[in-house]
Parts: sequence; C-alpha cells; structure tokens
Amino acid sequence: MHFLRMGGYAAYVWPSVGLTVAVMLLNVYWARRAARQALAVARRRLQMQREGA
Amino acid sequence: MAWIWFHRFGSPPHFYRIAGKLIPWLAWPAAVLCAAGILAGLTLAPADYQQGDGFRIIYVHAPSAWLSLMVYSVMATTAAVGLIWRMPVAHAVSASCSTLGASFTAVALVTGSLWGRPMWGTYWEWDPRLTSELLLLFLYLGYAWIRSAIEDVNRADRASAVLAIVGVVNVPIIHYSVLWWNSLHQAPSVMKFGKPTMPASMLAPLLMVLVGFTLYFGAVVLVRARGELLRRERATRWVADVIGER
Repeated sequence: MHFLRMGGYAAYVWPSVGLTVAVMLLNVYWARRAARQALAVARRRLQMQREGA
Repeated sequence: MAWIWFHRFGSPPHFYRIAGKLIPWLAWPAAVLCAAGILAGLTLAPADYQQGDGFRIIYVHAPSAWLSLMVYSVMATTAAVGLIWRMPVAHAVSASCSTLGASFTAVALVTGSLWGRPMWGTYWEWDPRLTSELLLLFLYLGYAWIRSAIEDVNRADRASAVLAIVGVVNVPIIHYSVLWWNSLHQAPSVMKFGKPTMPASMLAPLLMVLVGFTLYFGAVVLVRARGELLRRERATRWVADVIGER
C-alpha cells in the first residue's frame, strides 16, 4: 500500500508510468500490423500475377 | 570494407533478411531492460531528498525524451543518406521513424507536465525546453503529414527528407536549452560531460531503461522498415522470392 501511494505523488507517478508503457505496447502493435498488412498485400499481388500468367 | 557493408545493407533484400534476423536480438533484451529498469526505479532506487517519490517519473520521462531526440536524429540522418545516395533502404528507415518519434515526444511532454505540476506548480510554461520539445512534435507530425499527402513515393521521400533535415537544428536547441537560457527545467544529470550528478542506486535503473528504450526503438523501426520495403519494392523480383519461398 505504501508503495502505491508513492509518498503522496501517486496521482503524478502512476499515470506517467501507465502512459509510457501503453505507448510502448501500442507502437509494437502498430508496427507489427503495418508489416503484416504490407506482407499480405505483396502476397495477394504475387498470387494475382501467378494466376494471370 | 566499410563501403562493402554500406552497400550490402543498402540493398533491400539484404536489409530485409538481416533486419528479420536482428529483430528478436533487439526486442528481448529491450523488454527485459525496460521492465527491470522501470521496476527498480519505482522500488529499489532511494527517494530524492528534495522531490521525494515524485522524482521517479524520471524513469519514464527521461528515456522518452531521449527517444524523441534520438529517433529524430536517425530520421534526419537516414533521410539525408537517402537523398544523397538515392538509397531506398535509407528512405524506408526514415519513413519508419515518425510514428514512434511523435508518440514518445508526446509522452515526454505529458510526463514532463505531470512532473512539473507538483514540483514547479504548473503543468505548462512557455519555457525554452518545453517550447522546443513541442516544436519537435510538430516537426514529426509535419513529416508524417507530408508523407501521407504525397502519393508518389519518390516525391514524398524528397519533400519529407528536406523537412527532416531542416528541422534537425531543433535537436541541439532542445538539448542545450536548459544551459543556454534560464529555464524552469532542471539541467541534465546524465547526458553531460563529466560524472553524472546522481548516486549509483538512482542512476543504474535509469541507464537500464535508456539502453532498453534504444534497443526497443531498433526493434520497432526494423519491423516497420521491413514492411515499408515490401510496400515500395512490390514490383521487384526479390519480393516475389522472399514471400514466395514458403
């Protein structure tokens, strides 16, 4: 409990930590999603080419 | 020797493969260092004699601010390399920086403001450090906006590179602002010449998070750059080879 109170600074420390961790995880998610989408588009394109040929 | 490496890393298929192998080696140490450093900073590090437990915001604020500057430097350098040597890999890396850079600049501003409220008595002040950091956020957003607004890849590369390179003058301004002007923001305690003005028990967790954040950026930017390369080079033979091989 003492730890969570942060010597009276809980309202400033915990939102800071929470926001930073959330943005870290979000950037991992966004980057992986962008890479996955690029791969999917490239695969589809290749598939169409092969079917067309 | 260095030139051979430069050209190899500059070749998209090589970059794609090497980056793919490198990502886990950056990501896992990053996860361990960030988690351990932040936890140690919140628990093991002693409270500050002036700021009490409030100073612990430093363990997320300083690394975010460091990323905001480091990522911009990488974005501008790779933009310049791409512009000078016409390297698509360099442009792909540059393009992969702005989302992460902008979001950590915002985190640095918000956590700084949450730190400023109890210590300075205000969330915001038009102080040189705070104002130049806010300008950095607008540079990132402008860069991203140019990229999304220009359809043609080559033109988007050139236009955004010019903005990134011009904006790089803001980086030393942010760093030295607290020394050049009479700022509300405290002077650097780690990123300076000479010994850090912090006891080892406070400094060690901070250094862990700083290294962790740097590796984390490396992993995220490589994931993005690989996707970016696939998108740009979709009509080339190597992309067909890479995605057709399974």
